[in-house]
Amino acid sequence: MDEKSGPERGVGRMDLIHDHPILEFSHGEKITFTFDGNSMEGHEGEPIAMALHANGVRVYRETAEKHRPRGFFCAIGKCSSCFMVVDGVPNVRTCITPLKAGMKVETQHGKGKVFEGAE
Amino acid sequence: MDDKEMLFNSGILTEEREGAILPPEELWKNKKGGLVVVECPQRIPCNPCATSCPTGAIRPFSDINDTPSVDHSKCTGCTLCVASCPGLACFVIDLTFSDDLALYKLPYEMLPLPVKGEKVLCLDREGKCIAEGTVENITQPRKDRTYVIHVSAPKNLVREFRAIRVVK
Amino acid sequence: MKRLETEILVIGGGAAGLSAAAEAAAAGAKVMILESDLHLGGQLVKQTHKFFGSKDEYAGTRGFKIADILLKEMESCKENIEIHTNTTVTGYYSEDDTFTAMRDEDEFFTIKADRAIVATGAQERLIPFVNNDLPGVYGAGAVQTIMNVYGVVPGKRVLMVGAGNIGLIVSYQLMQAGVEVAAIVEAAPKVGGYWVHAAKVRRMGVPILLRHSIKRALGDEIITGAMITELNERFEPVGEEKKIDCDVICIAVGLTPTTEILSQAGCEMMYVPELCGNVARRDSSMQTSNPKFFTAGDASGIEEASAAMVEGRVAGLSALKSLGYPTEHGRLEEYWGRLQALRSGEAGKRICQGLTCVLTEDWEAVHNG
Repeated sequence: MDEKSGPERGVGRMDLIHDHPILEFSHGEKITFTFDGNSMEGHEGEPIAMALHANGVRVYRETAEKHRPRGFFCAIGKCSSCFMVVDGVPNVRTCITPLKAGMKVETQHGKGKVFEGAE
Repeated sequence: MDDKEMLFNSGILTEEREGAILPPEELWKNKKGGLVVVECPQRIPCNPCATSCPTGAIRPFSDINDTPSVDHSKCTGCTLCVASCPGLACFVIDLTFSDDLALYKLPYEMLPLPVKGEKVLCLDREGKCIAEGTVENITQPRKDRTYVIHVSAPKNLVREFRAIRVVK
Repeated sequence: MKRLETEILVIGGGAAGLSAAAEAAAAGAKVMILESDLHLGGQLVKQTHKFFGSKDEYAGTRGFKIADILLKEMESCKENIEIHTNTTVTGYYSEDDTFTAMRDEDEFFTIKADRAIVATGAQERLIPFVNNDLPGVYGAGAVQTIMNVYGVVPGKRVLMVGAGNIGLIVSYQLMQAGVEVAAIVEAAPKVGGYWVHAAKVRRMGVPILLRHSIKRALGDEIITGAMITELNERFEPVGEEKKIDCDVICIAVGLTPTTEILSQAGCEMMYVPELCGNVARRDSSMQTSNPKFFTAGDASGIEEASAAMVEGRVAGLSALKSLGYPTEHGRLEEYWGRLQALRSGEAGKRICQGLTCVLTEDWEAVHNG
């Protein structure tokens, strides 16, 4: 596999399962949010991490010391791998935090800055 | 550990054993509708094959961990067990379909769904393509999205043919 | 800070927690369920396969449908049940006999409860290999969540690590979602999950490589492949490494019980390898050494969901009983009979061994010497 991964990013390119032999999916309302300044589409009320993954985003934060990339791992709010800065607040568990229209989602560097949230 | 044992340990049935025995030839060859072939050789807590069987051909379990035991003289080939088994381990094979073809009734929970008359690939227990078959019928006995696909394919594959691949 | 009260607090709204809540609320107790996820159902809602067990454990019904059945059962006594989703229990303060909880990452409140049933489930284990921290190395439960709950494509080609029931089932589910499974690697010389689950994925053409493990993940920022290796009898790598092309490495090497709340409540804990971690000692009523605390499901030891549901019933019933509610005679014995049946197969042996270490006689007998 050669690609730098996944589907192309951007509005209207969510990589979703359309046909499934057993399950039927009902999604929340389609809304837009931003990831590091880029506008993206997602489903309201579904976890932020899922919307990012559907948009081809795999790297959610960068570790404090070794600057390693991190994505999600457990997706049930137990492992802290998917911490991101959401509307200025760092260390948000994006795998279980519902997406809202207009949310500003950012890659978290290290521990994030606590006081940016106060602006 | 020999290769046969390793294969079995990875989910490939290598020979008949308790819970995985072919029907007796005499009973099988002229049985319209076919007889059930169960491949469930491990004691696990599970009994829907027996509780779904309308004729008692899959004998009622005394312990829920029993491996299925079949009274083939009672089996009508109705495929209710094929559609009920959570392990997809029940198959019905009808040897009376034609001189050289048998009708294989196999569980299917994938996409795409084939249509009647379509050619599909016949897979063995390792997923290797061993022949081409023709879809004769598609049923959904429990209306729960586990389909039973009836495929005509060569008779000599009764020990091998266990799944289909639909190529669209 | 807002302060809530209830008779029976159920922590975790999965297979065990919902069963416990349904059992307790039906008898008239006031029950509160706290669930960290956005909806109830726990791991049940992610299961597309039909369940094993007997009719009593909804055998032959798909997991996500079982979640619906439990929710419907609760519907009939909903006036007794208060539900908080997106709410994580953050601690228990024994000196104040108070739970703290957080909703939606920013609203905090406390809860007073007469009894607590800890049904917090489990968390995914990870094994060491180079680059196991790269994005694209996902827990099996995470892969199920993304594809079966939210309908998002998890990747194009997946390497599955581990052939226990979860590894086998998720491989099958990946194929149902249209994702290719490159291979399943398993360090043991035998699949750990049910043989029929293995047969199901094998006949779809997925290789199960026994005595194989992953050495490292390839890629700088995200996964582009994996190097796997064969293992000898002592689990040491032998022979040449092989490259597997994949963009997701799915880790299904087991789970560990989530038990922090039980520890904070001072419950006597014990490390039991057969139950996959540190679990609370309990009597046959699922009561822990702290008489206010009960435990059930994976939090009390990793096992199948069918057993978790019965354990939840036991815990719900016992909590009721300890609060003085009348309970049906013989019901506990019936549940134990079902548990014993579920555990008497090949896979149940391990569980039974673990239980002999962790089960005590009833606590009153212990405390009165």
